[in-house]
Amino acid sequence: MTASLGIKLEGRAAIDSITLFALISLDIHPNQWTCLLGPSGVGKSTVLRLIADLKTYVDFDGTITTSDGQPLTDRVAYMAQSDLLFPWLSVAENVNIGARLRGEKTDEKRVLDMISRVGLSDHDTKKPAALSGGQRQRVALARTLMEDRPIILLDEPFSALDAKTRAEMQELTFALLKERTVLLVTHDPAEAARLAHNGYIMQPQGLIPMEMPETPPVRPFDDPLTLACQTALFRVLRKGGA
Amino acid sequence: MTWKHGVLSAFVLVAVWQLLVIITGVPSFILPPPLKVAKAMWFYHALIAENAWVTTQEVLLGMVIGSALGILTALHLATSKSARAILRPILVFSQAVPVFALAPILVLWFGYGIWSKIVMAVLIIYFPVTSAFFDGLMKTPAGYLDLAKTMSASGTRTLWHIRFKSALPSLGSGLRLAAVYAPIGAVIGEWVGASKGLGYLMLLANGRVKTDLMFAALIVLAILTVCLHLVVDILARKLAKDH
Repeated sequence: MTASLGIKLEGRAAIDSITLFALISLDIHPNQWTCLLGPSGVGKSTVLRLIADLKTYVDFDGTITTSDGQPLTDRVAYMAQSDLLFPWLSVAENVNIGARLRGEKTDEKRVLDMISRVGLSDHDTKKPAALSGGQRQRVALARTLMEDRPIILLDEPFSALDAKTRAEMQELTFALLKERTVLLVTHDPAEAARLAHNGYIMQPQGLIPMEMPETPPVRPFDDPLTLACQTALFRVLRKGGA
Repeated sequence: MTWKHGVLSAFVLVAVWQLLVIITGVPSFILPPPLKVAKAMWFYHALIAENAWVTTQEVLLGMVIGSALGILTALHLATSKSARAILRPILVFSQAVPVFALAPILVLWFGYGIWSKIVMAVLIIYFPVTSAFFDGLMKTPAGYLDLAKTMSASGTRTLWHIRFKSALPSLGSGLRLAAVYAPIGAVIGEWVGASKGLGYLMLLANGRVKTDLMFAALIVLAILTVCLHLVVDILARKLAKDH
């Protein structure tokens, strides 16, 4: 990997001249988890897609800059709500798909290492259909790690999981992506309170920076500071929606 | 459908056929009873086999060439905007011309041999294969393409590893249709002008009022079509496996 790399996004977005979000200034700190929280449809995923240079249907008027002044090309890995595993490939082949798509040589040892890091050592030859939702998301995590990129963009990757699996996946993902610069898009205040070093609530009027607990993530879900943060985030979300 | 269902259906069909012959009392040169057709099949088995082999070659070669052309066209359409703009209207327009009406021209151009029938089969299956596979190629889940983009994938590798493979079930659907259409194309070609093949044999038998032989050839043609459909169905299931 990877020197520290931060990102700053400044700008506004509109769809057919109708504002999606007003001027925002989003700082994604190097080697930390930044959480972008907000209701559905407010443009959280659009922000993430703009950073990933993926197709959006908005007119974005603004800039995306990096702390080292270099372009973001080839330095971003992406994990979505859907695991995006290819059903015709095995777990190991899915983890290695990036190398295959770039025409690079397969590093089999590294692939197996990544699979073992997400706790799926005995599953490398299985097809995704033979795995549970949580296991599939672990494979997606191994595939993300395999890319070894300094910036990781997470678009609600845990939202389709049951509560127990979600908590486990949050802990595993945080442990494995601790040293990276992560932007996590979520609509779950509890998730943000557990995982984020820095938190923002996104509304059509702009971004509201939130104060996060001083204790390092991953925070226990029943910790008073976590619960207080979760309540504060929820209050702002409710107020924004009113 | 299991083979037991197939046997049962065939049995019911033969029984209804026999009943129809008994009830209507229709002369056997109009509708021969099943037993007479079976006898004709046995008596003329060498002649039927020789002609069935010709039709089989026409159908199989038509399937292979038509499918290959359909796959290549779909890939070209899916990867080139200008091809979509120019070729797609031509393809759709070409479907307004009844392919059967082309049979005499094809015989004129490609002769009485098997090639005019192969071209006929190719023409008749080309559009369904192209159309089904192209649809599949254009319906690659957007998330897969996003993932490929963040992984800095090249266009060709995305096409092969993702778009092509996720479109295989659609290709299977197109091939299933082709398996039913290809024998129709070959036989129509044989009706218009041929010296061999099951379609030719049917015409020959018809001209000599050998209705039992005509029915025998028809049944063999139906069996060939069902066999082809079964084989292609297995292939299509393989293509769609794991999707």
